Amino acid sequence: MENTVFVKSYDKPEVDMDEILRYARIDNSSGQLDALIRECMQEALGKLVYKVCWREFSVRECDEFLDMGFLKTDSKALIRSLRNCSTVIVFAATVGIELDRLILKYSAISPTKALFMQAIGTERIESLCNIFCQDIMKEKCYIGKGVTHRFSPGYGDFPVEVQKDVFRVLEPSRKIGLTLNSSMLMSPTKSVTAILGITDEIQENTKNTACVECEKKDCKFRR
Amino acid sequence: MKITQYLKNNIIYLDGGMGTLLQKQGLMPGEFPERWNITHRDVIVNIHRDYYNAGSNVVSTNTFGANILKFSADELEEIIKAAVENAKEARDNSSADHEKWVALDIGPTGRMLAPYGDFDFEQAVSVFAETVKIGVKYGVDLIIIETMNDSYETKAALLAAKENCDLPVFVSNAYGEDGKLMTGACPAAMVAMLEGMGADAVGINCSLGPKALYSVTREYLEYASVPVILKPNAGLPKVVDDVTCYDVTAEDFASDMRYLVEEGVRVVGGCCGTTPEYIASLAKKTADVVPAEITYKDITCVSSYTHAVAFKDKPLLIGERINPTGKKLFKEALKSRDINYILKEGINQQDKGVDILDVNVGLPEIDEAQMLKTAVCELQAVINLPLQIDTSNISAMETALRRYNGKAMINSVNGKEESMKAVFPLAKKYGGVVVALTLDENGIPEKAEDRVKIAEKILRSAENYGISKKDIVFDPLALTISADANAARETLKAVNIIKNKLGCHTSLGVSNVSFGLPKRDIINSTFFALAMNNGLSAAIMNPYSQEMMKTYAAFCAVMGMDENCAQYIEKSESFSETTQTSAVQEKESSHDYKSELQHAIIKGLKERAGLITEKLLETVAPLQVIREEIVPALDAVGIGFENKSVYLPQLLMSAEAAKASFEKIKEANLGGNASDKCSFIIATVKGDIHDIGKNIVKLLLENYGFSVLDLGRDVPPETIVRETVKIHAPLVGLSALMTTTVPAMAETIQLLRKEAPWCKIVVGGAVLTEEYAEAIGADKYASDAMETVRYAEEIFQQL
Repeated sequence: MENTVFVKSYDKPEVDMDEILRYARIDNSSGQLDALIRECMQEALGKLVYKVCWREFSVRECDEFLDMGFLKTDSKALIRSLRNCSTVIVFAATVGIELDRLILKYSAISPTKALFMQAIGTERIESLCNIFCQDIMKEKCYIGKGVTHRFSPGYGDFPVEVQKDVFRVLEPSRKIGLTLNSSMLMSPTKSVTAILGITDEIQENTKNTACVECEKKDCKFRR
Repeated sequence: MKITQYLKNNIIYLDGGMGTLLQKQGLMPGEFPERWNITHRDVIVNIHRDYYNAGSNVVSTNTFGANILKFSADELEEIIKAAVENAKEARDNSSADHEKWVALDIGPTGRMLAPYGDFDFEQAVSVFAETVKIGVKYGVDLIIIETMNDSYETKAALLAAKENCDLPVFVSNAYGEDGKLMTGACPAAMVAMLEGMGADAVGINCSLGPKALYSVTREYLEYASVPVILKPNAGLPKVVDDVTCYDVTAEDFASDMRYLVEEGVRVVGGCCGTTPEYIASLAKKTADVVPAEITYKDITCVSSYTHAVAFKDKPLLIGERINPTGKKLFKEALKSRDINYILKEGINQQDKGVDILDVNVGLPEIDEAQMLKTAVCELQAVINLPLQIDTSNISAMETALRRYNGKAMINSVNGKEESMKAVFPLAKKYGGVVVALTLDENGIPEKAEDRVKIAEKILRSAENYGISKKDIVFDPLALTISADANAARETLKAVNIIKNKLGCHTSLGVSNVSFGLPKRDIINSTFFALAMNNGLSAAIMNPYSQEMMKTYAAFCAVMGMDENCAQYIEKSESFSETTQTSAVQEKESSHDYKSELQHAIIKGLKERAGLITEKLLETVAPLQVIREEIVPALDAVGIGFENKSVYLPQLLMSAEAAKASFEKIKEANLGGNASDKCSFIIATVKGDIHDIGKNIVKLLLENYGFSVLDLGRDVPPETIVRETVKIHAPLVGLSALMTTTVPAMAETIQLLRKEAPWCKIVVGGAVLTEEYAEAIGADKYASDAMETVRYAEEIFQQL
């Protein structure tokens, strides 16, 4: 089981317009931007892919460390997040390179549209991750287990350099076309890597702790 | 026997999976399998030998990820040396008596090439070159580049192989369920590019099982003139009772593969999940198949990173607008390196429906090679049309062809010895369809028949360089009828003969025909129709010309090249009736445009703002339009943004509208840089590829009358300093999105302080804060674009 990287392509997840508006940081109660947003969505949506690859690892806590086989970490935030977990799912998700092309194109000719493309991309990748995590939760529920909220390299004290290890074990460039740059950012940019803890009991409430763990208290997107 | 020789009459069997077998033998997650060449020699040799014994003619070395990015130079050499020795040992120990070869296996680096990633194309070429050189040194028989899911990286790898050895090179790509590479290329595009560059076999591996790859394989067979490779997975992995297995059995795998071998696939094997059992089954199942003949496909084809454009009956449109000849604004854009101007021309022509874009950036006062390379890279980042590299500068041509992500059109060669000697070797090395002008040392022959003679001479010469007839498109040259009444007739005749007697495709720069005459579009469009009727395959033309587009749409509809007249009907909506337009214009001219421009800018109505400005400029001085209309409107929006009643998208829309307005003013008032306050340099620092914030700042600064030199993304400190010193810029704006690139920003600031002590530095970007900015020695931290504008105004006041 641990030896296998699974790959799945999803159909288009439902679009959450409020999230797009939040990421673009606009109040569109007047409806003034409706036409423009719709135009951007129409151009972008047909070009996106929704791909995820993942792999399961067993995890154990020893001393101050968390050992996931491919990675040992002393991140307190992650250790907190993975309390009660004996296995984890490490996954990578992307909506593909076409969105980067659109962003680049509109950066040259219409920054407004570039901004909307950014917002659409962020909403799309978040929605994809949500669907994937829900799928895993349902699957695990059958066997009486639960899942924690996803936790990404770079959250809290979990260093972004961990990306290197994640990429080594998932080979997402081969599986879903996702690559890692030397600065630990990913291409395509609208992509996520994260760790999902599998708990031994069904969890009722899996609150997103990303913002709680984050040190950037003045962030405009903080929830 | 040489493998290419053997391939002529035989099916070649490759090996199967390696990674899955190594995992069974205890390879840990994340462990590099390449190291096992040294630490677990026996395991590797046994697997290779099992494959040879199962029927493989070719075994690939265990070097999928063996490159200088992953291993030190010494370790890399040790690994590849051991890998080749292991394969050779297996070959020598194998009991099978069929032909056997050892291939150097090269997989992708896992890095994304610029501009989407931070991996430079030349850097990729040199990484692959390193692996190739070592493999060749230890005596492999051929090179297999495999599992590539990006066309650009595939090109880098093939180029590295071709530049560093004379061995046969097989190239295979990994396609998704949508029949495309991860970065978008379709099979026809890959075949065009790889065959053009001289790959000995091309094909498909990994990703899916054989059945799921049927349509991709058939597309390969349709386009490829070289043998086609198919090396699929054993289906998809699934978990049964906690054990992973693949969902296509060896028996089914072999049966599914047999269909495609019968259809013409000539190089077969397996990828993830396949084992020696699969290869044995495959060899047995296909043993009685007579190898299909490999046929030459007479398809003239260019490609981009997404698709191929083939020359068929329906004429192709080549957009001519990216060319500074006779365009003052374009020349100015080139001099100030305003790449966005070129991009806009490209995108607009794409929207008009051209098939290929001509790219000419030749100007005496600029470094053409550098500019052409930049233009090609930037255009292919956002536009998926094939490009026609248009230059007479051979070094510029090579630089551009090298960086081009696909098979380009090359404009042009001609019948002069010197020209053919310079251009054909480039076409041979990088691939391409060459536009050949029918002129030679004696000029352009008057008579069509003499132009055809030159065409024949060019064809003979091309053949000597190993360039096939299908990769030459002739331009029999349109000359102006104002100088010679028979000029057009001879050209049309030449088009006809080249098409029907030589069997070659043609292309014409149509608009030359009307040079020196009034209302040129009328002449051009008629000539265009006649040329198409004589068999013209492609026209280099102005897609903004309604007359030309009308003629094209009508011709295709009339000649049965437009099913149900669908395209004609669609386009017809955009063809205006001249009389109607003038009536509307008349009605509008009585309108008061003054406050309306302000309104259009505040509301962010881009087209409207441009239109109103045009009208206003008929009666109002440009400076007055700026002072009384644009600036007050921008101020209103800017203040709104600062006190949070206007959101960023609205601010941007207004800025875009104002820009449209400024562009009209610039067109009307060329050379009048009255509004330029000072030169501002902006850049996203080294290592960082995010530029949306920087672009917003640029747009607003330009709105406020600053001239901005945008150095782009991922800019090294030295470049920023060099440009700052060069134009003595009083202000430099630096952007960084990531914590990891802030050190690069600090380094840039230090260097600027040393080399350009006069300049002020403003910084911004997601990770920066006031304190951070201060710590790295910036003069100013701007939290948003408006703050940068205000700071720039402040500095300007002090100058």
